[in-house]
Amino acid sequence: MKDIFSKEAILLLKDGTQFKGKAVGKIGTTGGEICFNTGMTGYQEIYTDPSYYGQIIVNTTAHIGNYGANDDEQESGSPKIAGIVVNDFSEIYSRFTATESLQEYLFNNNVVGITEIDTRALVRHIRDKGAMNAIISSENMDMKFLQAELDKVPDMSGLELATTVTTTEPYFYGDEKSPYKVAVLDLGIKSSILKNMASRGCYCKVFPAETLFSEMKAWNPDGFFISNGPGDPATMNYAIDTVKEILNEDAPMFGICLGHQVIALANGISTYKMHHGHRGLNHPVKNLESGKSEVTSQNHGFVVDKDDLEKNKNVVMTHIHLNDGTLAGLKLKDKKTFSVQYHPEASPGPHDSRYLFDNFITYMNNN
Amino acid sequence: MPKDPSIKSILIIGSGPIIIGQACEFDYSGSQAARSLREEGIEVTLINSNPATIMTDNVTADNIYLKPLTKKSIVEILKKHKIDAVLPTMGGQTALNLAIDCEKAGIWENFGIKVIGVDIDAIETTEDREKFRLRMKELNVSVCKGKTATSFLQGKEIAQDIGFPLVIRPSFTLGGTGGGFVNSPDEFEKALTKGLHTSPIHEVLVEQSILGWKEYELELLRDNIGNVIIICSIENFDPMGIHTGDSITVAPAMTLPDTVYQEMRDLAIRMMNGIGEFAGGCNVQFAVNPETDDIIGIEINPRVSRSSALASKATGYPIAKIAAKLAIGYNLDELENQITKTTSAFFEPTLDYVIVKVPRWNFDKFRGSDRRLGLQMKSVGEAMGIGRNFQEALQKACQSLEIKRNGLGADGRELKNQEAILKSLANPSWNRLFHIYDAFKLGIPFKTIEQLTKIDKWFLNQINELVHLEVEIEQFTVDTVPEDLLRTAKEKGYADRQIAHLLRCLESQVHKRRTDLGIKRVFKLVDTCAAEFQAQTPYYYSTFDVENESVSSDKEKVVILGSGPNRIGQGIEFDYCCVHGVLGAKEAGYETIMINCNPETVSTDFDVSDKLYFEPVFWEHIYDIIQHEKPIGVIVQLGGQTALKLAEKLNRYGIKILGTSFEALDLAEDRGSFSRLLKDNNIPYPKFGVIEDADQALELSKDLGFPLLVRPSYVLGGQSMKIVINDQELESHVVDLFKDFKKNKVLLDHFLDGAIEAEADAISDGEDVYIIGIMQHIEPAGIHSGDSYAVLPPYNLGDFVMQQIEAHTRKIALALKTVGLINIQFAIKDDIVYIIEANPRASRTVPFICKAYQENYVNYATRIMLGDAKLTDFDFKPVKKGYAIKEPVFSFDKFPDVNKELGPEMKSTGESIYFIDDLMDDYFMEVYSYRNLYLSR
Repeated sequence: MKDIFSKEAILLLKDGTQFKGKAVGKIGTTGGEICFNTGMTGYQEIYTDPSYYGQIIVNTTAHIGNYGANDDEQESGSPKIAGIVVNDFSEIYSRFTATESLQEYLFNNNVVGITEIDTRALVRHIRDKGAMNAIISSENMDMKFLQAELDKVPDMSGLELATTVTTTEPYFYGDEKSPYKVAVLDLGIKSSILKNMASRGCYCKVFPAETLFSEMKAWNPDGFFISNGPGDPATMNYAIDTVKEILNEDAPMFGICLGHQVIALANGISTYKMHHGHRGLNHPVKNLESGKSEVTSQNHGFVVDKDDLEKNKNVVMTHIHLNDGTLAGLKLKDKKTFSVQYHPEASPGPHDSRYLFDNFITYMNNN
Repeated sequence: MPKDPSIKSILIIGSGPIIIGQACEFDYSGSQAARSLREEGIEVTLINSNPATIMTDNVTADNIYLKPLTKKSIVEILKKHKIDAVLPTMGGQTALNLAIDCEKAGIWENFGIKVIGVDIDAIETTEDREKFRLRMKELNVSVCKGKTATSFLQGKEIAQDIGFPLVIRPSFTLGGTGGGFVNSPDEFEKALTKGLHTSPIHEVLVEQSILGWKEYELELLRDNIGNVIIICSIENFDPMGIHTGDSITVAPAMTLPDTVYQEMRDLAIRMMNGIGEFAGGCNVQFAVNPETDDIIGIEINPRVSRSSALASKATGYPIAKIAAKLAIGYNLDELENQITKTTSAFFEPTLDYVIVKVPRWNFDKFRGSDRRLGLQMKSVGEAMGIGRNFQEALQKACQSLEIKRNGLGADGRELKNQEAILKSLANPSWNRLFHIYDAFKLGIPFKTIEQLTKIDKWFLNQINELVHLEVEIEQFTVDTVPEDLLRTAKEKGYADRQIAHLLRCLESQVHKRRTDLGIKRVFKLVDTCAAEFQAQTPYYYSTFDVENESVSSDKEKVVILGSGPNRIGQGIEFDYCCVHGVLGAKEAGYETIMINCNPETVSTDFDVSDKLYFEPVFWEHIYDIIQHEKPIGVIVQLGGQTALKLAEKLNRYGIKILGTSFEALDLAEDRGSFSRLLKDNNIPYPKFGVIEDADQALELSKDLGFPLLVRPSYVLGGQSMKIVINDQELESHVVDLFKDFKKNKVLLDHFLDGAIEAEADAISDGEDVYIIGIMQHIEPAGIHSGDSYAVLPPYNLGDFVMQQIEAHTRKIALALKTVGLINIQFAIKDDIVYIIEANPRASRTVPFICKAYQENYVNYATRIMLGDAKLTDFDFKPVKKGYAIKEPVFSFDKFPDVNKELGPEMKSTGESIYFIDDLMDDYFMEVYSYRNLYLSR
């Protein structure tokens, strides 16, 4: 495995920009939308988060791989990213409880990556030019080949991905004897969301993305949860319809990230694709109701249109992103529904926003 | 909540003289806080007895009191000014302790003063180990098993309960003074007695030892409504057992997974919220069990600390500046990120680089001291390296240390004695880092090194990789070394000099080869956000990567070289001078570029110079920056010996030295030429000679006569200088010197026994000379000028002597063609003034004189160096009232085994200023009466 690091690799962006580096993970070719995450910890959680499906992740932190890989720190069964771009990759790791090195983990899970890249230059490029498609290859450096492969990568706008990553069959999570029953619409759920629910006394039934409302309702849940996930929310009529029906029922409902966007769309509020999105563990969000602020974990390329929301009399903005003033959370005036753009379950990231899960429990209690 | 409108005037308490454990980081915090408050239209009053600080400058505060840090001084100030609040969190433990004293004496209450930025009860909780333990228990934070003892018997009982190994921590002491590890009952009694004695309240905590656990620090900020952010995570390379001030530290944390880090973050916030309600900065220390990831809370400091200064420089987030704004009522979400200017101050900085801090020790100044590192801090300064990877940052930090190494390894100076290496690994001292490298080089197994040092294997592997890389490079010559390999070496922080050593060629050949191959330094920005946003702040570091972000403007620029890590003989005084050099050059219309590597300083604040390069003051880095920026010249005379010793090479490479020329600087250092200059000008000097071995020394002594002052040439702070009175002592010292300073020459001066010492500082523009101040030492000649009490102006020198001093100063300054500052030291015997030495540069006493006379001499001198002004352009108006006494301050309590005698070698770590109206002053009389006491032979 040692010799893999001496193997050349290339990163080619849609606008023709090239970066040369060394191979990590599996030798091969991979394409996706390139975006960067500024977190300094939690690479394994990021790589396994289904919301990153179809994306090549640039880790801005200087070193990746330092503490190896650990089966307990996955957000889904396997890595969901399309590839990784790093500055300095540690093959040798240090952690007593780690099960393998990150190289072994990526190799075993068929993730193609590139290291020894001036990631800072790359981030500055993405910051200026916006998120775009890219391709990494450590097997074929031929420009024609790379260009052809790059052309095959679909555009993220208008792309529906939730049905690709969702569970195929419903499953249960948590203790059957728990006080609350939560029906979870899986659009690409992170396992730590379920852990947060279960630890607060929720017994969850996780349904595939295209499950009909009637089927979820038949389980007789106390509340509904609309999960995070990848892709363009505007393409997801199936989920938007389900959410509309839940709203009609006026059952307690909580949405995170993609789920939040779907809830907005179900209320006739539009979403749009951001220039290069928010991905990191240090995003400042102010809770407009409490006046307090929280450091949040974020991962989104699309966002709910704030101006559109302000026109809607039934929906209230509850949270705002302090850096760029984008919408970070909303609630419905006369209903028991609320949602946030960011990740209160963190993993990776700060735990400041876990109170939102408690709020959900309160909603169910009051119902 | 926005700004509290009831606060219009604030008192900031400084940290006093520099001592080990409390250094110039508090000048950084105090001055940043003062500037931050004045921005808000608040009147700032400052008290600090340390004159060599920017915080006590009229550029920083409205009312400045250079007074002893006592309740008496505080009352005096409060009577004179209408003060609304006191901010005691910027001046370290000294300021906090004074604030507590004032609180207990009811002073704050009497004058209606609000204490801001801290909660007095919180200080008590954090400083009293037992209260701390109890509170942590309530908060459900794990702490070490332990109990406080207020008596010897109690201590013994506790030890019996917990079992060995143990730690003893005295309450209310600075930098862990008096504490230590105890492995067995027979060591315990002595350690317990010592601990009980050191604690001002005779209380110690006897605690379970967690030696070898991983050690971390988090830096927090909290506002009035309870918003908390973590500015930086710092991981100690050296595990638990070595004081964090003596540990090599790394940011961000390198070996923490998110799960453990977030748990630590939660604990830190809980701890801060649990000790009291206050808006400001806080530092929390943790230990992590490497096998189980269990976290233990070690301590919490509810104030700005040494680590906050490091965290500020490491991330770019100005902690003290923001903490000051929080103290007056602002909330974090109401403030902007000072670096991007477009995003919020409520966020957590993210790094796309690594910083490594390496402490700087001065054990050579404390003969006979226990050099082992432990719970008590012993280092006198620190250097920080910034790189795109750990190895680069580590190499840069090592290059910054100025300990005659070119970085880590590759200089042929490694230790090869296996036994000595193994001993050093297990008993860390200042050189353990180097010995880890030596151990790998010698082939000592990884496991053994890991076992002896308990350092995390990720770090050890990084060093091991360097050793492997060197072996690979050594197979080539400068012409055959492959481009890839050369690039890798540069990316890993190797200096051209180190590579030259490996390739057995000259540094210049490596530089040429790599520049020919296009392997060039690029400069990247420290921006708090990993490039997510555009940043406005010109704070750069160098690396070897693809993109360069530092755009060189077409303005006329001046480079000011900083003074590197603090050490005895070269401390905060020179940073004071550098900052004023920058401000002076700015006033003269130049773009100013600061190069320095000391994270504790004001000069490395990103808003001092127009451009800051946080880089080693090391030839290669400076040369590459100069090549990139193309300044009109470089100022070397403000940054002490660090900057000055680069003059020769700058001159050789045709780079203009602003002010006094290299030739003149060199002439003053060369004893032979300088004496000829004195002779030509009819200026007396003690008889002297230069020798190259002990035989010559004995021969020469007959001619010069005893006592003799013996010293190597070109040294700092009187290093290895000694007065000898007979053949035997002479022989022994000369033999010692040639052992330590192999290629050097040794100077013998006839020592003027019983002489009076004085020194003068002056500014010259090459035509005129203006003497800014003359100071007379209180102790007789023989004590290093840095260690002696001195009085400005002289207190009992007659007119005839004063005239000689003035005349000699003028003559020498002009003969040396001084342009800028000069310091001359004199010995006066039988009314004749002899010259001991002349240094055409800013001296340690310049800031003292600036403060005493309330004149900004460094600014004037800088403008003269730049050719922007002549002496006649300035209207000097020194405030001359009474006398100012310079009091040296020592840190001997950190080295109990060291002889406290003073001599020609400097030992003090700091100084304070004391003003008296006349010579009948009690304080002066007391100092004067003790003048002969400390002189050693």
